[in-house]
Amino acid sequence: MTSLNSLTISAARDALRARDITAADLTNACLAAIEDAGVLNAFVHKTPELAMDQAKSADARLAKGDAPDMCGIPLGIKDLFCTKGVPSQAASRILTGFRPEYESTVSQNLLDQGTIMLGKLNMDEFAMGSSNETSIYGDVVNPWRRAGSDAALTPGGSSGGSASAVAADLCLAATGTDTGGSIRQPAAFTGIVGLKPTYGRCSRWGVVAFASSLDQAGPMTKSVRDAAIMMRAMASHDPKDSTSSELPVPDFEAALTGDIRGKKIGIPKEYRMDGMADGIEKLWSEGTDMLRDAGAEIVDISLPYTKYALPAYYVIAPAEASSNLARYDGVRFGHRAKLAAGDGITEMYEKTRAEGFGPEVQRRIMIGTYVLSAGFYDAYYNRARRVRALIKKDFDDVFATGIDAILTPATPSSAFGLGEMKDADPVQMFLNDVFTVTVNLAGLPGISVPAGLDHQGLPMGLQLIGRPWEEGALLNHAYALEKSIGFVSKPAKWW
Amino acid sequence: MSIDIDTARRVAKLARIAVPEENLPALAGELSNIIGFMEQLNEVDVEGVEPMTSVTPQMLKRRDDVVTDGDQQAAILANAPDAREGFFAVPKVVE
Repeated sequence: MTSLNSLTISAARDALRARDITAADLTNACLAAIEDAGVLNAFVHKTPELAMDQAKSADARLAKGDAPDMCGIPLGIKDLFCTKGVPSQAASRILTGFRPEYESTVSQNLLDQGTIMLGKLNMDEFAMGSSNETSIYGDVVNPWRRAGSDAALTPGGSSGGSASAVAADLCLAATGTDTGGSIRQPAAFTGIVGLKPTYGRCSRWGVVAFASSLDQAGPMTKSVRDAAIMMRAMASHDPKDSTSSELPVPDFEAALTGDIRGKKIGIPKEYRMDGMADGIEKLWSEGTDMLRDAGAEIVDISLPYTKYALPAYYVIAPAEASSNLARYDGVRFGHRAKLAAGDGITEMYEKTRAEGFGPEVQRRIMIGTYVLSAGFYDAYYNRARRVRALIKKDFDDVFATGIDAILTPATPSSAFGLGEMKDADPVQMFLNDVFTVTVNLAGLPGISVPAGLDHQGLPMGLQLIGRPWEEGALLNHAYALEKSIGFVSKPAKWW
Repeated sequence: MSIDIDTARRVAKLARIAVPEENLPALAGELSNIIGFMEQLNEVDVEGVEPMTSVTPQMLKRRDDVVTDGDQQAAILANAPDAREGFFAVPKVVE
């Protein structure tokens, strides 16, 4: 039998319900795997005692029968989610010592289902980064390595700890958050599935805010079916988040028929760009062929404003971040700088924020401050919001012609080496998000599905983009693609 | 547009982040580079396009303006770096 920690959610659910295994066994297997994988630096706050208590409750609930799908499933939770009594730092020094007095709505929804929290997962500081190299906890290491090399690779970011933990079977699945690609890019880099739902599907309450008009939580899992199961458990209407939707949350798993005959799949010509790594284009056309073979109609489409998505994003996201991160002032929570004699409140703010925020976060706050400042607001921020309206209209127009889903690469390359981008300018790093960021700007659901290995033996992903609120249909397209691809590779265990 | 050292100093001040004087030239360079990347947006004709305020076409919800929460002083102060007598404590604000 395969080790319990490598099970999918759906397989574990069935085994738990059949009482073939217990939640305690499953949890123990994950905790042992976590202890064994310290070098990956994925789990940064472990909660083994809490996990075993939760496993006991889950087993009691399972014994009574009628337990929810996720009852007894051990998860990792990204450090961006506030978890009651457990450190929640957004991987930042400025939240050192912060233990929330409350639980985020998404993690509470999961707990209500009977899930088990194994601990908190590493990430880029305040979710700002694409390589998990901006974390106060240090870099996360990708369990995948290039063939014949032991160079440490990035798992991507910002949900790098989540991706690494799921790919290395340290947990059955993990929560992630996605502002510009932070679920889908790391999922692609680690050979797992990552779903960013429609903006408003999940409550943002209790999730440390980065860019509020873009942020969404979503599942990072080992299969499309698991993403469907976990998505349903995370989503809800929440009076505490006025942007969370009142639309009912459907049974996404029930949508997985695998039948996509007659569906129209759009292939956007603007996503074929210079600088794409060898193999991505091939994978993309193979994925297209597979969907065609599954009975879908392939349609060439155009999303003309695609090229302006990155610059618009890098105005809007820092603008919102500069406003959201104003709350870290050394007064109510987290770090406060030691003050010199005679320092007043302004020095307290300035020193606290200089010590507490890392370089990337400082840079983005200052960019945001600049584009919102008097005299530049119209030229940058308002212009970016108008371009955003045009980017969304691109998608609206395409969906209005009957397109059901759009197929694109998830990332322009496979995982790169930790430190390899150290001397690159920040704009180079932004290019990681080139295929994912449009989806956030338009508020759409997007999913990354493992599509194969490149010539270095590293996983690469394809992205499917769906119509708003139609995650069920999107997941079904992803399910059909997953079945055709038959991706089963796992990283060879070296840690 | 390129950002000079005075602008970098002013932005750091507005952002309430202490930046040592010797770091300002490098900061100005980094910010200029990023702002330069954003200049691409000037190519787009946005005449007549309203700035997006909400990505999903939904009305912001309303509720009665009544107290729904409260009496959590200890919980609210629990994470404060300095709390005294039921208040957040900060350095003297007015001389």
